Amino acid sequence: MLTRILSGDMPRSRALSLVLLVIFLCLAFAPFLFPGTRSLETAARISVFIALAASYDLMLGYAGIVSFAHTMFFGMGAYGVALACENMERGFLPVVVGTLAGALLAAAVALVIGLFSLRVRAIFFAMITLAVASAVAVLVSQLSAITGGEDGLSFSIPRELTPAFRFAEGKLLGASLNGKLLNYYLVFGGSLVIFLGLLRVVNSPFGRVLQAIRENDFRAEAIGYRVVAFRTLATCLSAACAALAGSLFAIWLRYVGPGTAMGFEIMIDVLLMVVIGGMGTLYGAAIGATLLVLAQTYLQEVMAGAAETTAGLPLLPDLLNPDRWLLWLGLLFIASIYFFPSGVVGRLRQARRPAGRT
Amino acid sequence: MTDPVLETKGLTIRFGGHVAVDHVSCAFGAGELTAIVGPNGAGKTTYFNLISGQLPATEGQVLLEGRDVTRASASTRTHLGLGRAFQLTNLFPSLTVRENVRLVAQSKARKGFDMFSMASRHPELIEAADHALERVRLTRLADQTVSALSHGDQRKLEVALLIALQPRVYMFDEPTAGMSMDEAPVVLDLIAELKAEGGHAILLVEHKMDVIRTLADRIIVLHNGALAADGEPAEVMASAVVQEAYLGKEIADV
Ligand SMILES: Nc1ncnc2c1ncn2[C@@H]1O[C@H](COP(=O)(O)OP(=O)(O)O)[C@@H](O)[C@H]1O
Ligand SMILES: [Mg+2]
Repeated sequence: MLTRILSGDMPRSRALSLVLLVIFLCLAFAPFLFPGTRSLETAARISVFIALAASYDLMLGYAGIVSFAHTMFFGMGAYGVALACENMERGFLPVVVGTLAGALLAAAVALVIGLFSLRVRAIFFAMITLAVASAVAVLVSQLSAITGGEDGLSFSIPRELTPAFRFAEGKLLGASLNGKLLNYYLVFGGSLVIFLGLLRVVNSPFGRVLQAIRENDFRAEAIGYRVVAFRTLATCLSAACAALAGSLFAIWLRYVGPGTAMGFEIMIDVLLMVVIGGMGTLYGAAIGATLLVLAQTYLQEVMAGAAETTAGLPLLPDLLNPDRWLLWLGLLFIASIYFFPSGVVGRLRQARRPAGRT
Repeated sequence: MTDPVLETKGLTIRFGGHVAVDHVSCAFGAGELTAIVGPNGAGKTTYFNLISGQLPATEGQVLLEGRDVTRASASTRTHLGLGRAFQLTNLFPSLTVRENVRLVAQSKARKGFDMFSMASRHPELIEAADHALERVRLTRLADQTVSALSHGDQRKLEVALLIALQPRVYMFDEPTAGMSMDEAPVVLDLIAELKAEGGHAILLVEHKMDVIRTLADRIIVLHNGALAADGEPAEVMASAVVQEAYLGKEIADV
């Protein structure tokens, strides 16, 4: 049963299984384990970024394609929902329409970029995605009449997904039984479905072909796989999943803007998540996303605490000043990439037999 | 001869001013094993590349079972029955031995675009892979990563990929190069078995004359990219062209 759900891709390491289980349980019961708005925000963000990073890993880790347009696809899903909710009557219909439209648009744009550039060298594809993503980001901030420009768009979602909607009296384990709770489970469930769907794809015959292409595209073609077709399809699928994650994020935030759905910083974050967690394993994307979001959210506080406890010592409190958090985040990344070149998952699995599947 | 399985007509490729394969016309029949000989740099590998689609022909045609495939991609030709093993080992290094062969079986079964089932739930593909590994005596290494294999075992795996493909045309490019004395017979016996099965055309680039003598039905000689001789082994080996261009000075040079 579990094998089927995980598509036969078992963690293959006790430590890794444990880490994944902890992440899963914390997210699944976040509203009850960590009451409070801030922690729920963090849990929702982790869920969405796990799905986003996993979809990026399908391209980068499995198909070996470097793309800088992943946030653009994410944004297409987010803006799809925002624009549909903005321009249609309030309810679930615009949410569905916006989500589907965003995913289709993302897949279509990925198809065009892929057909144009995946035939040629991989670096060309990376450059095209960079160009297209920059152009779209500029366009989104310029077309302020439609997209809200730099300010973004706040929009209303179905009442059933907002705090104003209470479906039962009182509280359960400290969590209010309101629409916000339902919204959280929509985001969590949606992300989980995307993640498990991707897990199936990478362990399917198709996923095996992607790995073969990453290893040796010349030979993959020689044994009968049309490399361009496979790469293009992987790109489209990855883009569509990113858009779905974007839609979930927009529904959760009830807002889109360049900073939450289009910014280049998000692209860097996603790249780091995949690299830190370990490329070519979706579990790596899940761990990387969790670590990065947690670090971004809580590092400043941890540092403030540390600065206080070391107040008497020379230099240390200065270095640990919360304003220096970006420096420490950077150092953490460099250290993690240096010490875990194959990512956290690679490290956790290292004691086991070498990579390569049957 | 019945209709040829594979035929090249005036097949040519130029790299700048250099003509690497020069108007080679040749037909290969079913059940026939043709040895292709010629000094290093004669254009044997390039001729193979043109046939299997790794390089585009400047001129001429490649016909597979009467069908013009000159413009077809390598993957299309593979599905039409062309099987190619490479001179320089060309595998999927960080995947397991079994997965390498399984990928070929999966391609043959045209399951590559299936993204909803689990690859591990296609036992027939795994069986096909294991069967091919059995034939090259690699069963005991099936779970190893390819990069951990010895050179000789990698060469055998190269052959196993071809076996799993079950093509109409087998193209071996120096299959035993760099193999030890006790490894080479595994591959050569296998080629002999394939020949005995009949039904396929087998093209074999090989330097060792004793191998050619025992296996080949026919020899073609390439020299500076052009077809220099074509005929029965005894006849070709005796001819002046081969004595001079090939046997005389190049045989030791592999
Ligand atoms: N891609 C290429 N670009 C330029 N020259 C090439 C290329 N491939 C092969 N050649 C040239 O074609 C000739 C034939 O090479 P090859 O077919 O490898 O010979 P053989 O396999 O008979 O030893 C050589 O002179 C080689 O340098
Ligand atoms: Mg050669």
